[in-house]
Amino acid sequence: MLSRVADSLYWMSRYFERADNAARVLKATYGLILNPAKFSTEERWFRAVSSLAPGAAANNVDPQRALFLLVTDPEGAFSIMKCISGARENARQVREEISYEMWEHLNRLFHDVTGFVLQPNDDAGAMRVVSLVREGSYRLSGISAATMNYDEAWHFIQLGKYIERACNLCVLLDAYFVVDKHADDLDWVGLLSSCAAFEAYCKACTAELKPDRIANFLLLKPEFPYSVRFSLDRMHEALTSISNLSLSRRTEKIERLIGRLRSMVAYVQVGEILAGLHKYLAAIIEQCRELHAAVHELYIDYPIEVAFQS
Amino acid sequence: MIIETDATDRGGEETLRHYELNGAYDEMFRGIDNPRKQYRPLHNLLLTLGPGELRRSKQEADQSFFNQGITFTVYGNDKGTERIFPHDLLPRIITAAEWDTIERGLTQRITALNLFLKDIYHDAKIIEDGVVPGSIIYTCKHYRREMRGIKVPRDIYITVVGTDLIRNPEGKFVVLEDNLRVPSGVSYMLTSRRVMKQIFPSLFQKCRVRPIEQYSQALLQTLRFLAPEGRSKPTVVLLTPGSYNSAYFEHTYLARQMGIELVEGRDLVVHDNIVYMRTTFGLQRVDVIYRRIDDDFLDPLVFEGGSALGAVGLFNAYRAGNIAFANALGTGVADDKAIYAYVPKIIRYYLDQDPILENVETFLMSDPAQRDLVCQRLDQYVVKAVGESGGYGMLIGPHSTEQERSEFREKIMAQPRNYIAQPTINLSTAPCFVDGNIEPRHVDLRPYVLYGEKITIIPGGLTRVALRKGSLVVNSSQGGGSKDTWVLQN
Repeated sequence: MLSRVADSLYWMSRYFERADNAARVLKATYGLILNPAKFSTEERWFRAVSSLAPGAAANNVDPQRALFLLVTDPEGAFSIMKCISGARENARQVREEISYEMWEHLNRLFHDVTGFVLQPNDDAGAMRVVSLVREGSYRLSGISAATMNYDEAWHFIQLGKYIERACNLCVLLDAYFVVDKHADDLDWVGLLSSCAAFEAYCKACTAELKPDRIANFLLLKPEFPYSVRFSLDRMHEALTSISNLSLSRRTEKIERLIGRLRSMVAYVQVGEILAGLHKYLAAIIEQCRELHAAVHELYIDYPIEVAFQS
Repeated sequence: MIIETDATDRGGEETLRHYELNGAYDEMFRGIDNPRKQYRPLHNLLLTLGPGELRRSKQEADQSFFNQGITFTVYGNDKGTERIFPHDLLPRIITAAEWDTIERGLTQRITALNLFLKDIYHDAKIIEDGVVPGSIIYTCKHYRREMRGIKVPRDIYITVVGTDLIRNPEGKFVVLEDNLRVPSGVSYMLTSRRVMKQIFPSLFQKCRVRPIEQYSQALLQTLRFLAPEGRSKPTVVLLTPGSYNSAYFEHTYLARQMGIELVEGRDLVVHDNIVYMRTTFGLQRVDVIYRRIDDDFLDPLVFEGGSALGAVGLFNAYRAGNIAFANALGTGVADDKAIYAYVPKIIRYYLDQDPILENVETFLMSDPAQRDLVCQRLDQYVVKAVGESGGYGMLIGPHSTEQERSEFREKIMAQPRNYIAQPTINLSTAPCFVDGNIEPRHVDLRPYVLYGEKITIIPGGLTRVALRKGSLVVNSSQGGGSKDTWVLQN
């Protein structure tokens, strides 16, 4: 596959996952602020915003304004509309690589989402966009899985999706656990819903909401699609498949990086990490960044001289 | 999508009320209320459908084009609004007998033009024999000196051709223009067929329309045929200028349909006169490039300096015989509008046959006698700049003002070689659904020709429509749209 194409597929997938993450978090947090509770509305928003867009959080924008910006801000790199546009623009560059059905769905979603003209105080309108993206995201997953060849393109899409998800989950967990002393049940429901995990958690651990169990579930549970462990496992699969397709490439560095990352979630118990959770999460994010750079160097932007040597 | 409903849906006959024949050959009607045989099923359908139903069908078709992303971007605001290409709902129908003439005529014409290209880039016998003056050939904007003496794969210069035909008032198809460089539009032919089958399934079946869906396979086969010798499993790629090009949709569409890589210049690397593309597996050799980039932008070493669209060293690889281009470089000389005037002579010279499809009468402004004749009656002629396309640089005499005419007169006098004139031809009209009525609009026809092991012409093509009432300009840049073209089985 062309390197440029692999890069676009990877970014299409990352942008889409980023939009979906924002939609999930906003939907959960919006539900949360409708109730009176221990934490004030502003603080909850602050948490959501800081997990979605590090820059904007520092500006301490008011809740309504934050919702508006996170959904529609064309300047903000993290707004839902911006991410959907980014995903679609990347898809447009590689239209011949994704299936016709995927393109049509993504294109329609792009038009539906960007067609919304939101007023700054139209919460209900903003939430409609959020719902569109949530539904669109599930549908895209289904369409992709049903219409694509599970070849290299597919693996780069998976890689982009899960590396983005792993990082987003870490940022979100960090935002919640940093203040867990004051958290009430409603907050934990918010966190679980932000990861589309409430029902799945209840099934596995009952409705008793305990911080350590929640952390265990969202970090280490290999069976749940929105856990860090699950995401890293999928990244490992994708990278192994890509590397198996091209035997000539030197993949040792990538294997080492993904191996180390997986060991961080595979051979650990939740009790061991809760004390230094912030550092632990930051380390995962940092290693994901390293992995991203290594993949780029090996498959996308390699020097020509290297190519002629091998 | 909101479906408009028409509370006062009139009867079908009402929509045809405004259909006036204006002296042009009408594709549907021999005379008022007298449809031609091939159009009877469509005519019957139109009598039963009201404007509300037609409008719904039109919306359905629009939506389908929109969702497929068959759009172009209108810039000017920050968002970049997307519009679909204008198209008309009703098919244009061509009989088997008419098609037979077109097929034979185009095969003959393309064969001769290809021989002409080979000749002028090698021995130039046609100039020596005094059939076409060298002064006209060597002054062509698209003549490429660099191509002299280069052997192109299989001696095929023009692999993909889209020839513009029009029908004159006598009902005869004549050639208006040969497009031998990078003709576009074939994706509209293919996608609008898909939409039409959705919208008029039973009419389509009843008419017994010949299929066009094999185009992509035929194109791939044709491109493979050009591969350098010894490359038994050639890698074919489509070279696009990128996603901001107006034909980008078509490039992705064709690449996907053929299952080949869509590359940009920055994906290509030339090393030791071999062309490679940069893949995740490392560098992979490329054998045939279906390029959708003009000659000038292919290789910054040889042509336009600094172009980022092509790749450095492509031309040397071409000269070394390690890569094939479709179309070859320098083919634009044969679709120059001044050379066009000589095509009947070119056919006779190389094939010793009379042209099956005639030319439109053409006056060369470089010839003083012809120039005087035209310049006196500019209001009766269409004047065209020879190296332009897309309907630019054109004067339509009968629709022009005195001032425009005098401007053109000056341009012609300043650069006579640059202009030709043709009598204004009343293009044939076909029924179109416009503003709730069915009205006649002027149309042309662009069939697509593939030149590989043999010449293949897909039965169909792009019918372009001048959607503005009375307009004779069908180019999409000038308010034109398209129609599906149905060639009948028998």
